[in-house]
Amino acid sequence: MGKPSDLVQGTLDLLILKTISTDPKHGWAIAKRIQQISREVLQVQQGSLYPALHRLELRGWIKSKSGETETGRHARFYSLTAAGRVQLEKETANWDRLSSAIDLVVQTA
Amino acid sequence: MSWTHSFWLRLQSLFLRSRIPQRLDDEFQFHLEQQIAENIAAGMSPDEARYAAMRIFGNTTFLREQTRDNWSWMWLENLFRDLRYAARTLSRTPGFAVVAILVIALGTGASIALFAVVRSVLLKPLPFRDPSRLMRLYEHSPDGRFPYNSSAAGVYAQWQQQNTGFSDLAVLTNGFQHYGLSGTGGQLPERVRASECSWDLFPTLGVTPALGRVFTSADDQPSANATVLLSWSLWKRRFGGDPSILNQSIHLDAKPYTVIGVMPPWFAYPAAGVQVWTPVHHEESPNRWQELDNHRFIVVGRLKPGISPAVATQELSLITRRLHDGHLDNPLISTAANSRPLLEAIVGDIKTPLYVLFAATGCLLLIGCLNVASLLVARGAARRKELAVRAALGGSRWRLLSEQLTETFLLSLAGGAAGLAFAFAAIRWFVATRQDISRVEAIRIDPIVVAFAAGVILLCAVFAGVMSSFSLQGDQVLSSLQESSRSHSAGRSQVKMRKWLLALEVGLTVVLLIGAGLMLKSYQRLRSANLGSITQNVLTMHLDLPGAKYSQPIQRLGFFEALLERVRSLPGVQSAGFTTSVPGEGYPGDRVFVIQEHPPLPIGQSQYVVDYWVDPGYFEALGIPLLRGQTFDQNQRLDKTNEVIISNSFARQYFGDEDPLGKHLLANGGRPYKIVGIVGDTRVEIAEPVLPIFYFPLYSGAERGTVLTVRSRQDVTSLALPIQQIVQELDAELPVSDILTMDQIIGKSTLDASFNATLLLAFAVLSLVLAAVGLFGVLSYIVGQRTSEIGIRIAIGAQRGEVLRLMLSDGLRPASIGLLLGLAGGVAASQNIRDLLYDTQPLDPSVFAGVAMLLLAVACMACLLPAWRASRLDPIRALRNE
Repeated sequence: MGKPSDLVQGTLDLLILKTISTDPKHGWAIAKRIQQISREVLQVQQGSLYPALHRLELRGWIKSKSGETETGRHARFYSLTAAGRVQLEKETANWDRLSSAIDLVVQTA
Repeated sequence: MSWTHSFWLRLQSLFLRSRIPQRLDDEFQFHLEQQIAENIAAGMSPDEARYAAMRIFGNTTFLREQTRDNWSWMWLENLFRDLRYAARTLSRTPGFAVVAILVIALGTGASIALFAVVRSVLLKPLPFRDPSRLMRLYEHSPDGRFPYNSSAAGVYAQWQQQNTGFSDLAVLTNGFQHYGLSGTGGQLPERVRASECSWDLFPTLGVTPALGRVFTSADDQPSANATVLLSWSLWKRRFGGDPSILNQSIHLDAKPYTVIGVMPPWFAYPAAGVQVWTPVHHEESPNRWQELDNHRFIVVGRLKPGISPAVATQELSLITRRLHDGHLDNPLISTAANSRPLLEAIVGDIKTPLYVLFAATGCLLLIGCLNVASLLVARGAARRKELAVRAALGGSRWRLLSEQLTETFLLSLAGGAAGLAFAFAAIRWFVATRQDISRVEAIRIDPIVVAFAAGVILLCAVFAGVMSSFSLQGDQVLSSLQESSRSHSAGRSQVKMRKWLLALEVGLTVVLLIGAGLMLKSYQRLRSANLGSITQNVLTMHLDLPGAKYSQPIQRLGFFEALLERVRSLPGVQSAGFTTSVPGEGYPGDRVFVIQEHPPLPIGQSQYVVDYWVDPGYFEALGIPLLRGQTFDQNQRLDKTNEVIISNSFARQYFGDEDPLGKHLLANGGRPYKIVGIVGDTRVEIAEPVLPIFYFPLYSGAERGTVLTVRSRQDVTSLALPIQQIVQELDAELPVSDILTMDQIIGKSTLDASFNATLLLAFAVLSLVLAAVGLFGVLSYIVGQRTSEIGIRIAIGAQRGEVLRLMLSDGLRPASIGLLLGLAGGVAASQNIRDLLYDTQPLDPSVFAGVAMLLLAVACMACLLPAWRASRLDPIRALRNE
């Protein structure tokens, strides 16, 4: 496990949106899931996570609701809105374009 | 959808303030506990787990703040907080706050009020349809003396027939005629101002009546039934605003007229005092329209679309010239025509005084702003230490600045609001005092004035804010904290800035003082100009004998003689007389004459001179000295009148060294009149030079409109009522109007000059007080700053007198610079008021010298106290406080 790399703000938004696109999660679960799926490469600190979550909620792409976890604790669950779904597709397309462009440069230049 | 959702959330954050932080706390708490649980599951002890988790977590407070910044309306909260602080700080120094608000209120209020006047009177277009196409037409007199002369009816008739440049051309009288409105239903008879107009005047202007209809061409015939239009104010006042007045008849000059309509309340053409309009072709005899030389009428026209005023006027000039050339034996026919846009014709002669007053209020506003800025700089300097401490604790420059800016904005807004209230009152006072100004009825506060007010207040606020921000020195934190409060090096730039502000203030004050001095001198010269007659305790009243009842000269004569006999026998009356017009009332009209004994004038030349018709006792009544000869003989009555009396300047101008007595003048259709007396000169208008005058006998019965003059040894106004009763007894239906003493008449005609002079003087005195107070403040501050230096000087041997002189010169230097600036500015400004000055040069040395001396004296007095205090400093105490 290398040192966790810093995430650009835009890509964090993309990751969060993707993570909650399947089902609603609370903040801790989102961070854990991202860490899990990326095989421990991407570790989101709460210092970046919560401001990002609130920012996304302000933009109207996610909405939050109080709920209970499996263990019966109160937590705040975040889910995708319709506008959020659209945004997710847009950002995914953007990321594909960007990453393939970078690949091209790195491999051929 | 997303925007409304986020807006809703933000609104929530504003009003349910505790929810968001609470929510954040819960989330963080949950996250922390999950992390601890994970750590424990990985094998750490509970304490270790907790510490590790919290280490990763970081600074929650910072997080909370950062997140909350996203949500809440930070700028709004900051604004409210700053406002609260500013209000609290200001209330702690109420003296400063009150003074600053008052100064701003005065400056802004005066300029807003005068802008409202200037805008409503000079700038706003006339309330007629398409007013830019309306022109007033004039005739150009053949000798060039009157380029903007009224028109003759015959010339108008030719203009109307032959012109192609105007779509409408209407004629009207100038609104100085009067009808006697007979009393009905117990109301007294009244003399109403009237204007006769052609039927197409109202369509030309584009005005529709409030009630009824306007004239049609059928009404405007000599044979039509007499019709009349009422003004709104007359209708409301005299007829109770009752719509049933339509188609009723009222009696003007004892003749019945049918009321066909009422004009709207804002309509005031040709003058604000006109109460009734009658059709001119019906009122004037048909012969009028042949007269080419009797210049009595106003002509207005509407240009056809696409025609330029110059072209249309040129065409009228040609028509006029043709008339002149076709009647060369009549030397009074004009040779050309002139035109002016209608707005300019109405307000042209009050443009300069109003703009001068407006400029003066601008000066006052600027002075007020400079004064407040100086106060703010001082205040900022006093708070230097506090600001240094706050900067050291981490306050950003912007935070400190925004707090000061909020304070100045609050001051300016409060001052501006007070200024608006003051402007309201000032406008109402102006309208009440200056009823003589044209278009005074149009003065009101409209949206543009409000916009100007907002702009002025904003300007004040920005200016004050910029000034106060200069006093902030963020980078000198350390030195501000270290220094003692009396160190010399502190606040040097602030002192310099205050000195400059003061110099500018003094400069503007000097300009105002010079303007006020010139206007005052001019007014004093005007007021003391010799009218030529006695003006103390002389009462005048206008009596217009109606033509229907006094159609015969013998009836008029009978009335004059009967009234004079009874008035002269009243106790308290020293003398009484009749005239057609009194001196100082204005140009009464003129008459053509020929001197029988002199060689005939060349063809096309004529001489005409102002004429009055008086009774034999008039000269004594008004105290006009009889220089040579005698007054009219008693046998000068009816058609036996053949005597004339001339004024001194008439004798000098037309007879030179010859003796005029016994010579004959031919006038009034070639009738011979023998010159029997020479009287002293009187002025037709107090501001105008003396004109030659001749007097004809009133007892010929030729004139109906007269003025009774009565002189008394004591208070003459007590005689007004008894005389009116006598008039009532002689003729119950005869209205008496314009009962004024000669002093009041002079006051009315000098109203403009006295108003301007008084207002300017008030502004100048106010700014002088402000400048003196400012000077006092600056020098006190300087003395405070230099206390230790003065202490050292005194300790090493400086005399008290030297210290006094040192401080005085320090304070008088900005005042002197300001004086020089102001004198230079005064030279430029006085050129602009040249037109308003009577018998006074714009560069009058006595005024300039007087102002300079006054300013230096006031500056010395203002500086004396702080300088004296400085010289009295105890050096030990001064140095001990170091």
